[in-house]
Amino acid sequence: MYSLFQFVILLLLVTDLIMLWSGRILMLIRLSALQGALLAALLLLPVDGALNAELVLLSIAVFCLKGVGFPVFLRHVCHKLGLEPVVRPRLGRMYPMAGGLVCLAFSLWLEGRIPAAEGLFPPMLFPVALTTLFCGLILVVGRAKALAQVIGYLVVENGIFLLGIPLMTEGSVWFELSILLDVFAAIFVMAIAINHINSAFDSIDVARFRNLRD
Amino acid sequence: MTLALLLLIPLLAGLLMFVPGAWPRRGLLVATALAHLCLSCLTLRAVGNAEAPTALFGLLRPDALGVVFLMLASILFTAASVYAVGYLREEEKKHVKRDLQKGQLFTNAPETRFLSCLCFFVAAMTLVTTTANLGALWVGIEITTLASAPLIYFHRHQSSMEATWKYLMICSVGIALALLGNILMTVAFHNPAAPSAEGMDQLSAFMEKAREVQGTGRALWLKAAFIFLLVGYGTKMGLAPLHTWLPDAHSQAPSMVSGMLSGALLNCALLGILRGHQIMRAASLGDFSGGLLVFFGLFSMVTAAVFIVGQGHYKRLLAYSSVEHMGILALAFGVGGGALFGGMLHAVCHSLTKCMLFLVAGNILTRYHTLSSYDVRGLRQDMPLSGALWTAGFLAIVGSPPFGLFLSEFTILKGIFAHDGLGVALVYLAALAVIFVGMSIPVLRMAQGTPPHDVPMDYHESLFSVLPPAVLCLMVLCLGLYVPDWLTETLNRAAALLGA
Repeated sequence: MYSLFQFVILLLLVTDLIMLWSGRILMLIRLSALQGALLAALLLLPVDGALNAELVLLSIAVFCLKGVGFPVFLRHVCHKLGLEPVVRPRLGRMYPMAGGLVCLAFSLWLEGRIPAAEGLFPPMLFPVALTTLFCGLILVVGRAKALAQVIGYLVVENGIFLLGIPLMTEGSVWFELSILLDVFAAIFVMAIAINHINSAFDSIDVARFRNLRD
Repeated sequence: MTLALLLLIPLLAGLLMFVPGAWPRRGLLVATALAHLCLSCLTLRAVGNAEAPTALFGLLRPDALGVVFLMLASILFTAASVYAVGYLREEEKKHVKRDLQKGQLFTNAPETRFLSCLCFFVAAMTLVTTTANLGALWVGIEITTLASAPLIYFHRHQSSMEATWKYLMICSVGIALALLGNILMTVAFHNPAAPSAEGMDQLSAFMEKAREVQGTGRALWLKAAFIFLLVGYGTKMGLAPLHTWLPDAHSQAPSMVSGMLSGALLNCALLGILRGHQIMRAASLGDFSGGLLVFFGLFSMVTAAVFIVGQGHYKRLLAYSSVEHMGILALAFGVGGGALFGGMLHAVCHSLTKCMLFLVAGNILTRYHTLSSYDVRGLRQDMPLSGALWTAGFLAIVGSPPFGLFLSEFTILKGIFAHDGLGVALVYLAALAVIFVGMSIPVLRMAQGTPPHDVPMDYHESLFSVLPPAVLCLMVLCLGLYVPDWLTETLNRAAALLGA
């Protein structure tokens, strides 16, 4: 069980790095779906072996929303607006990838520096969660298409969710569900906004946002 | 029951707005605002009498700090609702709407959606200000973003879309970082030997546990948690350099929405930071969190001063003034001691004044159809009431006597000196002086002179557009001349929670 847990975490890390490299919007959506499915799987693999009904419920909710719901919805938006399949990274491919690797190195270094509560974080969970968060931020800043920025936001949220997994107790599941609901609402509102951006600018390229300056 | 209704009434009103048919939705908005104001007053009285009201299984448990921000949100919601009646009526009359920047035609969002989002926005702020659960506070602040984004995009043109998208993305990512702060705080207090059982009142539970953290390695987690809370909620609060969304959103939103964003929403984000500061103080790490607040406070004031000088866009001018005042608040709460009371009074006076100024800015925009301060002249003659309120609001916001902000800024200065912060006091005074000069030039240019000839003459100031800012102005003036005992006591109790 423990090695499977580690394997899933490493898979998450791999998806982060591929996302930074990828230049295709559909690939980003697929990878975000994979991340959602991996997070749902992690909830079913508690390292202390204590699986309860609430965790199973949360896992199902995470899979339904992050693994299936959001990707299908974003794909629908993509097709409805007839978007170009290629996402032009503002910073090219090498810089985001290098940034991601630097963030990974920093997270590994930080894990050794901060004394965590004994046995709270399984090995690699903390640095991978932090790297996921940083990769999400790089996607938000480094991509010009609004849809890619939404996926970046989802990746940031995935990193934070991963960090919270060891802290999930029976009482905190309701809170996790309300966060999921919030993220769902956020993605929904952002998707509506993307629709309006496309109508107003004939594109979802946020690099065209030049009206508001001092 | 009162507390539960406080949350449920705007929520239900928001849902009711979607009921189809032609019925007086604007009336429902005003009724909701008045009911919310009455219930907020009852909550304030209950908290003032040390009754410790709770509702919804302990989810709502307001204290003196939260109830001050609740009252402010409620007062501004009432003012904005009354103003909205006149504003929406005027919007209805316009058959052709053109973007001021590019001259492109645009339409407004459906009024039903606008009114509904306004109610949801207030419900979310009510949750933020009345809960003692840090998770619920986070959820509330996230909902404020989602509910207010459609409000900013009421006028559907390119500029407001740009502002809305920046607001959505920057604040959503910022608030996600605040969630990370919440998680790190839980890590700091995690004790495998004694599993967590804090229940709904997470704030008290964390403050109780904070003593155990002193001098241990877990203090490092707590510091990291506060940094993320500061960055996350600081983004929403508009602390520099995280403020980039604020001038855009405030300048593009309808004026009553700008007033609520600036006067009520920024306070909610500040409350999130103050909750973290309370826990840090309980863990004897108040110097760390206070130092960060002082730094970001001063940095925000200096940044605002730089952007205010030479600012030609009068709504952006007010937005940068909000960055300045959020800086003053962060500074006051970071310094602590006597500055805390000044900070609380400043929060009250700033909210009232800024909302008033945005409402008057809305009147000017309706009359002159421009956001440039260079194209507005002779307000005193052309719009006597709005012109007088604009000048009075300017004097109030820059901290001139006899308005309340003079008293609060002076109290904060005394607090800084009592803390031996000569360098801090110098930067504070220098920034205030630069901002005074920077704001006075465009504001007085707009008030004086003769009105442009191409402005249509058939204009009169409606009661709906003048009454709400006039009442707010009167309140700020009264607070400068006399602070009632009950308010002093409430503000003192709120300051005491932060260590005064």
